[in-house]
Amino acid sequence: MNIIIAAIITGVLTGGVYALMASGLTLIFGVMDIINIAQGALVVLGAYLSYVLEQYLHMDLFVGLLLTMPLMFLLGVAIEWAFIRKLKRDRTMLSILVTFAVALIIEGVLGQLFTTNYVQLHAWYINASFQLAGFYLPYIYVFAFILSGVLLSSLYLLLYRTKFGRSLRASMQNRTAAELIGIDVEKVSALTFGIGVALTAAGGMAFGATTSFNPGSSYDLISRLLVIIVLGGMGSLRGALIASLVMLVIEDVTAVVWSPVWSSTVFFVLLVVLLLFRPQGLFGQLEGRKQ
Amino acid sequence: MKKAKALGLLALLAFSLAFPLLFSNPAITTIAVFTLLFAAAGTGWNIFSGYTGYIALGHAAYFGLGAYALALLCQDEHIPGGYIPFLFVPVAGLIAAASAVPLGAIALRTRRHTFVVITIAIFFIFQLMAYNLRAITNGSAGMSLPLLPPDWNEYFLNDVFYYVTLVLTLLALTLSWWVRNSKYGLGLLAIRDDEDRALGLGVKTGSYKLVAFVISAFFVGMAGAIYAYFLGSIYPPFAFDALFDVAVALMAFLGGLGTLSGPILGALILEPAQQYLALQYGENGWYLILYGLLFLMVILFLPEGIVPTLSKKWASWKAARSTAPSREPPPDDTTTSSQKAALLAEQGKG
Repeated sequence: MNIIIAAIITGVLTGGVYALMASGLTLIFGVMDIINIAQGALVVLGAYLSYVLEQYLHMDLFVGLLLTMPLMFLLGVAIEWAFIRKLKRDRTMLSILVTFAVALIIEGVLGQLFTTNYVQLHAWYINASFQLAGFYLPYIYVFAFILSGVLLSSLYLLLYRTKFGRSLRASMQNRTAAELIGIDVEKVSALTFGIGVALTAAGGMAFGATTSFNPGSSYDLISRLLVIIVLGGMGSLRGALIASLVMLVIEDVTAVVWSPVWSSTVFFVLLVVLLLFRPQGLFGQLEGRKQ
Repeated sequence: MKKAKALGLLALLAFSLAFPLLFSNPAITTIAVFTLLFAAAGTGWNIFSGYTGYIALGHAAYFGLGAYALALLCQDEHIPGGYIPFLFVPVAGLIAAASAVPLGAIALRTRRHTFVVITIAIFFIFQLMAYNLRAITNGSAGMSLPLLPPDWNEYFLNDVFYYVTLVLTLLALTLSWWVRNSKYGLGLLAIRDDEDRALGLGVKTGSYKLVAFVISAFFVGMAGAIYAYFLGSIYPPFAFDALFDVAVALMAFLGGLGTLSGPILGALILEPAQQYLALQYGENGWYLILYGLLFLMVILFLPEGIVPTLSKKWASWKAARSTAPSREPPPDDTTTSSQKAALLAEQGKG
């Protein structure tokens, strides 16, 4: 029983980190109606940025985020401006291919700079843990969970308590109508893409601190993130949060009660089973007509 | 005009038949075999994704299924290397197609983005199974296919595979042509234009989509089986390769999504380029960087694909030439394909 509770705790803590990465993805989808396949590669890029700061500047991982998050924000805005905005027709499908190409380039650049050897981030809290009610909790999991909590709350405040947030939600609900009432949807899109990518910097740091990674880690990540946002209902932030917690808990519990080999398969099978009953995901809305 | 077209096609066919005689270098014929494999898989993929507009990014699942099906069949039946494994290629394709029936039915409950993600998820399920079902697939150690007879030198071997894949490509093309010109294909195009309206007009969208999905899985599965036999052994990351998914889609986009010759043209351009890049820069990141850049160029500068762009140019050139005595009837492209499908459905009833 104890190992199951421990697995649930780990699942919730790592689920928080995945919620961070998935919320960026679902936000971008909600506003722009595109899937950013590069999100996985950007998470890995974020992890490598933290790695560089830690290795060469000996900066603390969490302090380093003050540098990497704005950097990744700018990169996101640049990607949106250079590639996504240029797509005039068939945006939905072409954007998947464009962002995949971006992911390939990022993977190639990282492979060129850092080779494909696995690396890991280092800090005092990564291998240390403390005891709470009989369970050993690694500091990094707790810190990463707190970081996710802080960032997701600020995202919530940004979305629901600011003018920008209102225009962002308006663009999410109806792009054309938002344009008609004077919202600069292109600007909102660029900023949203930037925010979504900036979140990957934090997610990447937490990911790199908890597992070793190489440039190819992005495939595993993006497939999980896609499953999470579809499961939660695409474009629904609440859905992404709940789905990441549920999925990671189920995965960790499967790993201890059955076998770690099958835990990621369960992840995908659950998605397929759920969609048999709710094609729109947990919190999504049924898609209306295209026009 | 028609005569010229037929002659051109015949010349192309003759050239593709004579290709191994003209270029007998095994390095070149190997690339030709891979190119034809992608052309066949891409044409199959296009029958579903190109005609219905549903972009499936998980067809590597059926590619891998075909590959493993052939490996398992040959292992269980103790089939010696030679020509006999080729007879089992259609069986491997049928196995891939049969598994596409339930998987397609599940995936096609959703549309657009969700559909894309489901196909990707199904692909990952199969990749994980190939790694984890050690008792069947031998895990990451991979499986080997029957050894080719020792008297097949590399020249002869490549020629055999070349002609087999050529036959597969021609089969896929014929079927794609037939679908494009049938009432069934018109229904698929109607789904691409406006699915709800097509349904309202009496197109059985559910079964139409599923049948196209299964056909495409059949061809992709056969391509996978030949690929496995050509390589001689098969491992999970090669059989279930995420790059295959996007490579096929990219080829179709480059040539022209939903056109008959688009995927072939795309494969002819991209596969040799990819092989060259892999050969030149395979071991380091430059391969991925250059491939990604190529990818971006294609989508940003040729979003419609080569075939539609050229045929538009051709049409406007012809229009410009025949403006003076415009006795030709105006092109009746004003009726959308869904309307045409409705008309045909009416005629079918009468």
